[in-house]
Formats: sequence, structure tokens, C-alpha cells
Amino acid sequence: MVVETEVIRHEYLRHDKKFPHVWCPGCGNGIVLGSLLRAIHELGLPKDDVVVASGIGCSSRLTTYIDFNTLHTTHGRALTFATGVKLAKPRLKVITVMGDGDATAIGGNHFIHAARRNINITAVIINNSTYGMTGGQYSPTTPYGSKSTTSVYGHVEHDFSIAELAVTAGAVFVARGTVYHAAQLDKLLEQAITKRGFSVVEVISNCHVQHGRRNKLGDAVTMITGFRDRAVPVAKAAKMSAEEMRGKFTIGVLCDVDKPVSSEEYDRIRQESCQLPQ
Amino acid sequence: MASPETGQRLLLQGNEAVVHGALAAGCRFFAGYPITPASEISELLSVMLPKVGGTFIQMEDEIASMGAIIGASLAGVKSMTATSGPGFSLMQENLGYACITEVPCVVVNVMRGGPSTGLPTNVSQGDVLMARWGTHGDHPIIVLAVSSVADCFSITVRAFNLSEKYRVPVILLSDEVVAHTRECVVLPSQDKIRVVDRIAPSVPPEWYKPYADNNRGVPDMASFGEGYRHHVTGLVHDERGYPTQQPKEIESFLMRLHDKITKGFSEIMITKTQMMEDADVCVIAYGCVSRAAMQAIKMARAHGIKAGMLQLITLFPFPRKAVDAALRQCSAAIVPELNLGQMAREINRVNQTGTRVVKYNRIDGQMITPDEILKQILGVS
Ligand SMILES: Cc1ncc(C[n+]2csc(CCOP(=O)(O)OP(=O)(O)O)c2C)c(N)n1
Ligand code: SF4
Repeated sequence: MVVETEVIRHEYLRHDKKFPHVWCPGCGNGIVLGSLLRAIHELGLPKDDVVVASGIGCSSRLTTYIDFNTLHTTHGRALTFATGVKLAKPRLKVITVMGDGDATAIGGNHFIHAARRNINITAVIINNSTYGMTGGQYSPTTPYGSKSTTSVYGHVEHDFSIAELAVTAGAVFVARGTVYHAAQLDKLLEQAITKRGFSVVEVISNCHVQHGRRNKLGDAVTMITGFRDRAVPVAKAAKMSAEEMRGKFTIGVLCDVDKPVSSEEYDRIRQESCQLPQ
Repeated sequence: MASPETGQRLLLQGNEAVVHGALAAGCRFFAGYPITPASEISELLSVMLPKVGGTFIQMEDEIASMGAIIGASLAGVKSMTATSGPGFSLMQENLGYACITEVPCVVVNVMRGGPSTGLPTNVSQGDVLMARWGTHGDHPIIVLAVSSVADCFSITVRAFNLSEKYRVPVILLSDEVVAHTRECVVLPSQDKIRVVDRIAPSVPPEWYKPYADNNRGVPDMASFGEGYRHHVTGLVHDERGYPTQQPKEIESFLMRLHDKITKGFSEIMITKTQMMEDADVCVIAYGCVSRAAMQAIKMARAHGIKAGMLQLITLFPFPRKAVDAALRQCSAAIVPELNLGQMAREINRVNQTGTRVVKYNRIDGQMITPDEILKQILGVS
């Protein structure tokens, strides 16, 4: 395992990039980075064929550190850039990494339309329940009643469930993991990246510095082990009542269906229309 | 332009000619969102692009369209979007991204009356300064204006060529009148068209520095998936593409972005003069208004007035040299525009001779007529 970690670190991190990274010690973003690299390594994808696009936020800084074709776009728009890359060069593996605010507030429209459109792209959303980078304002996943720098009296709005939103919008593969369940996260990412069509992995993560501190959720370790206690595997959750599920959330694969992939359908149109008179 | 023997003679609308120009220039990716008076560009490309192995996609909005064309261009495919005022407003943030990351792309703005939803089916030239300054921060950009269906073809090709050569987004300003007017044009055969492509790196991948300066000021551009893995970010970056906070690196990077355009001034600034040899009064115009202006000049000549025309095709970088020459030569310049004087303001800014610059403006959604311009010419003669 140690040897394997060394190999991955060596192979996939950018050595010409000035480290250290921008993340706070204990931030879950690093765990997601590790999982993503392990998944790509396990799948044996050539680095030159992988494009990772991100938006703006702490989580979206992830693309700076990894040695692929990387694209750090504008806030909320990673999926739009990714759509252009994928359609222009379909042989590339395109993955996006976004924060909860990035993907479901400013980028919410792109997110649901990417799911509806079903292009072969994987979206990884690191959900830390806040806008980490700008100092801990409330995001679309900040729980009702929580404190943030823009809801010091307690949040009066309700939160999105990102994975359920993705299912409803039409994503063919949707999973939820946490930064505590890193081994499971590796596998979920592998499945998502391999899936034909638009796949989504929501990762429940910690921002102990902003969200955690303001809501007295403890340090990084306390928050991360808290995910262990609140996460319920999908199969088990199916047998539990709403009352039993209160304060908990499901992890695992929420949806795995097959649908024509629009980027592949378009390829067919291209081939057919090339035969038509010009 | 090629003769009818070698080229193709067609009756086209301006918007259709833009499509032909784009395809001739090598555009193989288009992302857009429907809007009057630009929709015909999307519609025709949705038919044409798959036939030539390209891609058309209708995105969920103009923000997404702009993002998608940048993504496609980074993957190595020449790309374009087309819109009108409201959509052009939405594109501004990602347009700035294309400026700072030096991603070639062409954005067509078929101008209609504004502000806001304004006058969707009426002509205007109200977006001229927005095309120059719409996105935040000091940024380089090229803005070209078309005045005829023939221009819609040839200037679209030029737009792509400049965009590829200088790695800068090019805004093609069309307007409702040019877009929807049908004219007979001869499209040159493909082998007569000069097509410029971005320069790919020739060094091995491990030597490649994606934003390193060179004598052109335009770094070689590697496409995603060709072995030259690199980082692209809208943060100010060093020559390897990584975010930097070093004042020295920041300044030299941002200055290079501007300098590369300055270096290309002689090629980028496109203007056209007609009947200027002996002119004493000139009309400085662009877009559909230059058509009316040319007619007015001919009418003025019939009155014995030495009138001439300076047509601006490049609006930005501002063609100072050509404007300066016209102002030095003439005792007065008429600047007719379908806005409240956006280019007249620029012309006045460079006017060092004290030449009278007379604005003539309409913002009622109607064209300026030759008679109206003639009246202005007579007024200063
Ligand atoms: C158009 C725009 N609006 C606002 C911002 C400021 N901004 C930067 S990051 C961010 C929030 C990021 O939050 P999230 O996506 O949840 O990611 P996190 O930092 O928590 O990982 C905001 C609002 C911006 N960069 N661009
Ligand atoms: S502010 Fe929060 S999300 Fe950002 S790096 Fe720190 S812990 Fe992570």
C-alpha cells in the first residue's frame, strides 16, 4: 500500500508546480484528490487522454496539482467547457471536479442540463455544505438552521440533495460517498468514470475551518468520523423509516441505468449526414 | 475575390454568409442559444457542421455556449458562437477567460436595439464599446464590423485567421440589416482562401511551456490530448500556466497579452477608403451604415462636393492611423452611427487637428438613410 501510494504520488502529481497547495490542513479535498488518482490509476487511463476540468472554489483548485490536461474554468461553468472538450475530441476521458456552490448554485443550470443531455462526462462534486473559498457563506447545501457568515441568525432556507437532483435530472449513474469512506470512494469513482453517459459522484466532505467551526461540529477528524456515523448504505436505507433516517444520508450507488449517449448519437448523425449531398 | 468561374455564385443573407465564411475558415464547432436576429447562423450550422465532420450543439444559455466553444478550441477545433445583445452580455465573463487563457474563438454579435431586451427585430450599433470593454479587467480583444453579405463571408474568414494567429477572441459585429439582407455574392473556391491555423509546439512535451513568450509574443498552442499535458486557468499565470502572485510575473504576462496585438497592428487594422484621393469632407462609418454613407457620398459628388469615405472594418484595436490620416486631410468628418456616438467618441479622442467631427445618430430602430447623411455633408460644405 505504501509503495503504491508512492507510485501514484510520483506518477500523477505535478512536480513542477510550486507546492504547498492552498488547502487547510485536514480539508477533505485532499482525500478526494487521492481517490480520484487511485481510480484513474486502477483503470489504467493514459494521462494524455484524461482531461480534468474544474470551476472556482477550494475544491476546484484540485486541477492545479494533478498531471493531466487540466482546465480551471470560471465559477460554475466547468461542465460547459467539458462539454466542448468532449464533443470536439470524443476519445478524451473528461472528468469535472466542482464544489457544492459551484455545481448547484451558479452552475446549477449547467448541471441539470448536462445530466439531461447525457454526454460522456463524469462530474465529481465535493459537498462541504458551504462556500469555503470566499469565507463560509451559505450554499445550496447548507442545512436549515445552520450558521454561516451570511446566516449568523441561522439559515432559513432548505438544502438541496445533490445526488437526488442528479437522478431526477437524468444522470445515468449517480453515487454518493464521503471522505471517510475513501476505499469505497475509489470504487465509486472507477464505476462513474467507466460508465457510458453522464455520471455523478457527490462526495460529502468537511470544511471544518468555515462550516465546522461556526456550527461547533469539531475539528477535521471529528467531522470526518461523523460522516461514518451518519452514512447509511443504500440497501440498508431502503429498509429504514424516514424517522430512522433523520440526520443521516445514503451512500453507495443511487442510480445506474442505460440511455443513449448524446455524444455517441451525434457521431451517428455525422456519419449519416456526410453521405448526404453537400 | 475569385471570378464566377472559379467560385460559387449564391444569393445569400448576411447570416448565411457568416456560416459559409466560418466553414471555409475551418470552423468545426459551434455552440449557441437561439436569439433574434442571429438564429439563422445556428440553424444553418446545425445542418452544415455534421456534414463536414463538425459539431453543432445548442446549449442551455449563452454562458454555456461561450464555455463550450472555449473547451472545443482547447481540444484543437476551431470554434464559434453567435448571438445578439442580451446573449452577448451573458458571454462576457467567459469571453474574458478566453482572453487571459489565449484561446482562439470567434463570437458573432448580430446587433439589435438595446439596452436589455430592447428592440429584438430592429437594427442598432449599440454594442460597439461593449464589444471592446464588456468583460472586466484590461484585456486585449479584436473587434471587426461587417457591412455587406460579401463582408460576412470574407471578414468571418479574417476573424478566424486573426484569432488563430494571435490567440485572442475576435468579436464579429454584424447588425440586423446586414444579417437579413440578401445579396448576390461570389464565394471563392476553397483553394483561393487563405486559412491560418494556430502554431502547435515543435519542442518535445517535457520542454513545452504553454505561456512562454517568443518573438511573436504568441505562445505555441498545444491541444488537449496530444501529449502536451498542461494547466489552463483564468487566474493570472506564469509561463508554465500555474497561478502566480509574483508582481514581476503578473506584469510581464499581462503586458505580453497586449503587446502581441500591438505587434500585429498593421495586419489587424482593416479599413477601406473610397473616393478619398481629393476628398475635403469624409464620412467615417462602419457596418450597415457605411452602405448608406457610400450612397450619400456619390450624391454629394453629384452636387460637386469632394466627399470621401473611410470605412472601418476593424473597430478595435482602434485604427488610429487611418482615422488620423482622414482627419488631417479633410476639413470635416461626418460620423453616422446607430447609437449615441460610440465610435465618434473614439474618433474625437484621437483628433489632434481640430477637424470638425460631426456626429449623426439614430437610436429609433431605423436605418440612417443616404439623404440624411447627404444633409450632414451639405451642412459642413
Ligand atoms: C462569477 C463569480 N461569482 C463569485 C465568485 C466568488 N467565489 C469564488 S469561490 C466561490 C464559492 C465556492 O464555493 P464552492 O463551490 O462550494 O467550493 P468550496 O470553496 O467550498 O470548495 C465564490 C462565490 C467568483 N469567483 N465568480
Ligand atoms: S476553507 Fe474549507 S474547503 Fe477551503 S481548504 Fe479550508 S477546509 Fe477546505
